[in-house]
Amino acid sequence: MSGETPRPDGREPEPEAVPEPAGGQVPDADPGSPLAEALETVDAQAEPGLAEELQQEAAREQTPVVADTGARWRDAFRRATSGGWAVALGAIVLAVIAGSILIIVTDERVQAAAPYFFARPADTLAAVGRAVGGAYSALFQGAVYNFGADSFAVGIRPLTQTLTNATPLIAAGLGVALAFRAGLFNIGGQGQMLMAATAAGWIGFGVTGLPFPWHMLLCVVAGVAAGALWAGIAGLLKARTGAHEVIVTIMLNYVAFYLLSYFLATPGLMQAPGSANPKTPPMAESSVLPPLLGDSYNLHWGFVLSLAAVVYVWWLLNRSSTGFSFRAVGENPKAARVAGIDVSRATVYVMLIAGGLVGLAGAQQVLGTVTTGFGADIDAGIGFDAITVALLGGSSPWGVLGAGILFGGFKAGGSAMQAAEGIPIEIVLVVQSLIVLFIAAPPLVRAIFRLPQPDRVPRTRRRRAAAAPTTAPTKGGQA
Amino acid sequence: MRLELRGITKRFGALVANDHIDLVVEPGEIHCLLGENGAGKSTLMNVLYGLYQADEGQILLDDAVQEFDGPGDAMAAGIGMVHQHFMLVPVFTVAENVMLGHESTRAGGVLDLDAARAKVTEISARFGFHVDPDALVEDLPVGVQQRVEIIKALSHDADILVFDEPTAVLTPQETDELMGIMRQLRDEGTAIVFITHKLREVREVADRITVIRHGKVVGEASPSASDGELASLMVGRAVELVVAKDEPTLRENALEVTDLEVVGPGGQVLVDRVSFSVRGGEVLVVAGVQGNGQTELTEALLGLQEQVRGSIQLDGQELVGRTVRQILRAGVGFVPEDRNTDGLVGEFTIAENLVLDRTDGPPFVRRGSLQLRARDSFAREKVAEFDVRTQGIETRVGRLSGGNQQKVVLARELSRELRLFVAAQPTRGVDVGSIEFIHKRIVETRDTGIPVVVVSTELDEAVALADRIMVMYRGSVVGIVPADTPRDTLGLMMAGIPPETGPQNEGDAA
Repeated sequence: MSGETPRPDGREPEPEAVPEPAGGQVPDADPGSPLAEALETVDAQAEPGLAEELQQEAAREQTPVVADTGARWRDAFRRATSGGWAVALGAIVLAVIAGSILIIVTDERVQAAAPYFFARPADTLAAVGRAVGGAYSALFQGAVYNFGADSFAVGIRPLTQTLTNATPLIAAGLGVALAFRAGLFNIGGQGQMLMAATAAGWIGFGVTGLPFPWHMLLCVVAGVAAGALWAGIAGLLKARTGAHEVIVTIMLNYVAFYLLSYFLATPGLMQAPGSANPKTPPMAESSVLPPLLGDSYNLHWGFVLSLAAVVYVWWLLNRSSTGFSFRAVGENPKAARVAGIDVSRATVYVMLIAGGLVGLAGAQQVLGTVTTGFGADIDAGIGFDAITVALLGGSSPWGVLGAGILFGGFKAGGSAMQAAEGIPIEIVLVVQSLIVLFIAAPPLVRAIFRLPQPDRVPRTRRRRAAAAPTTAPTKGGQA
Repeated sequence: MRLELRGITKRFGALVANDHIDLVVEPGEIHCLLGENGAGKSTLMNVLYGLYQADEGQILLDDAVQEFDGPGDAMAAGIGMVHQHFMLVPVFTVAENVMLGHESTRAGGVLDLDAARAKVTEISARFGFHVDPDALVEDLPVGVQQRVEIIKALSHDADILVFDEPTAVLTPQETDELMGIMRQLRDEGTAIVFITHKLREVREVADRITVIRHGKVVGEASPSASDGELASLMVGRAVELVVAKDEPTLRENALEVTDLEVVGPGGQVLVDRVSFSVRGGEVLVVAGVQGNGQTELTEALLGLQEQVRGSIQLDGQELVGRTVRQILRAGVGFVPEDRNTDGLVGEFTIAENLVLDRTDGPPFVRRGSLQLRARDSFAREKVAEFDVRTQGIETRVGRLSGGNQQKVVLARELSRELRLFVAAQPTRGVDVGSIEFIHKRIVETRDTGIPVVVVSTELDEAVALADRIMVMYRGSVVGIVPADTPRDTLGLMMAGIPPETGPQNEGDAA
């Protein structure tokens, strides 16, 4: 505004500012010592480890300064999807603790005893113990082994039920995890399962005359293909147009759901003849996945397929060049592109395979778990639970296997908790949700359990660097 | 205001980034903080600015101990910072950016833009900045954006200004102007901390120089010290600023680029009808201030740009229109400008990164399966050959230092059979020891008889490496000149002024 404000008569610069050579201003730095001594100091400490770490420090401290939101989101995403097993375990423990508190608070006997806690604390504590102990004991007996059973064969039934529940969770979880590893968020498990169930089911009850293993295999293949195609749409749109896969897969969920609902409500398409319910006829005998442990258990061969899928995904990710490029694209798509990897193609392929895995889950549902005909709710929320399973499993195939079994156990044990102890099933669901919540915030879990934070320099590294100096001898020793 | 840092120590885990650093900055002086990348300069300034908490030591302003819990406290105390990477919101105007964080409002919560505008006008008039308060920051050239940063700092009445590597993005001429501004600020009594690793600037503007190495103050120097003295203080040993190389032996094979045009996603022309040729056995350095089309040029060479017109012929083979993979197969080695985003997958191991672009066939992939044994022995060999200092080939690349990361990239690119080698900013963010190594390898690559294209924004590097220098400005070629062209001429060329055909003044070309 005020034009050229004449400088407020600046003091002349030189007088005090003149640099006295290595004078007293900087107290400790080798006072009065010229170059030679300084050189000496540093040569002494020219240990490669420290130099290197300082470099790394510099690199690290430069990254956050660049406000690259894309990278930050990617980084957060990667951290959430690949938290170590310690974090997963910590999250489970925390969630179980939180669940216990909920159980205590909602338990009627605790509520009854709490008002006179200061008079007779033992009552309250006993009630608390009974509530929590009973709840988790019921959970265990419902999910693993029923101690009240007459024989081992009966007692082990909960475990087989757990595995049955886990079967589609593992397959679908692998699908989500694989997409995670390629940097894609596959929210479309529901839609992919529904389309897979539609395809597998249609062939399952519609095709007749094919003998047993072939009919069943055809159904499985059809289900896998349908899931693959449904997810492939999202992959193709992402690769070609940049449409975000989260939005596309969510929308495809709706499309699949209403499409299936329409099929189910339309006589002559998928609705069971002579019925007004939106439900298919039962699957043909020849298309059903046979029981794995005999007729007295629900566990079917689908579980073996899930195990095979785990091995396949492990091989794909760790031993195949396709998986290598998936991972490269997931970790750093730009570098992958510069290295000649076709990112678009990888995106489409990974969605095809991921959808196929989720499709396997859909096929397992209609061919193994619910063979008496199904409705539009056949996915049973597995498509979404799969996200949880993949997160908990750290997006690794073996992790997904473990997480799938854990969640299968929650499902089996949750009903037992409800039946035996009257604990609302919602509490189990709260525990499940809390697990995800804690996994999504690894720093929180690490802080609570005092696990090392990965973005800090791990304590051991410095020691290692000092103890076992680096491979090549330092060449920058002397002046 | 007098700034004093007393015994500042900052540790990250077991790593000591700042080790009992003492520093005094008097009002009305420009105090240079000189040190290599990673010496701990930025950490120290982040401590000063409240971004980090010091583990030990004190910050004193006019002899009063300060406690900064964040940049807000530091700003309130009169410390302003001009960051290396501008902290500006591109879609805001200058005035909006200046008041960001200190929004003053009128009744009803309406932003008082007029006050901010007035402030911008006042400050820019005082220093002759010529900054329009209503211009969108994204429309401004980098040099002007930096002035906005300075205005922003000054608008908070900063008595102490920290410039963190401010010249990295400027042309030599813009740098000179910045120096002028710094002197002017100093004359008004502002205490200035100037962080840099460029020796020439230090000598030009500093009143006092403190050299930091490995997190420690290793000494003071006077601005009259020679480059060599300063460099050896910084690095701890005599640095070879000159790359030893013989006269080039030119061969017949060549890279021929004709009328190359690269158009960005927004339709802007990024590379404007660029033509040049590089013969086998010579190094062409593409010089220029960053952001004048060099990046896009190299990306076009590798097929990474979408809209490319013109022709790129390598030994008679057309490369335009091919996929990246085809170009890699044609024998192009490429060191990208930003190794962290484009060159390496930080979460991958060294071994994995060394075969990142080899996933299409033998020897590392057979029938779709990775050949881990072949890969690992290859990796061990390359780690030894390229002197990558690491615990082992299973170390994640993100854990390595810049120099070692760059060696991994170099090892990968140079281990294929090459017919062209393109290196963009090969020594950026790399320690001096590695720089020498990298330069040596580039010259060796040249001597195998293939064309080499190096992009560098550092004039010293350009002069040291080049057989010929091509200067780019705003997407087009200003000129292609011999490596012994005087620096003044090169500087002018970097500002877009073509070399006069004739006068070759006394050159201080190193």
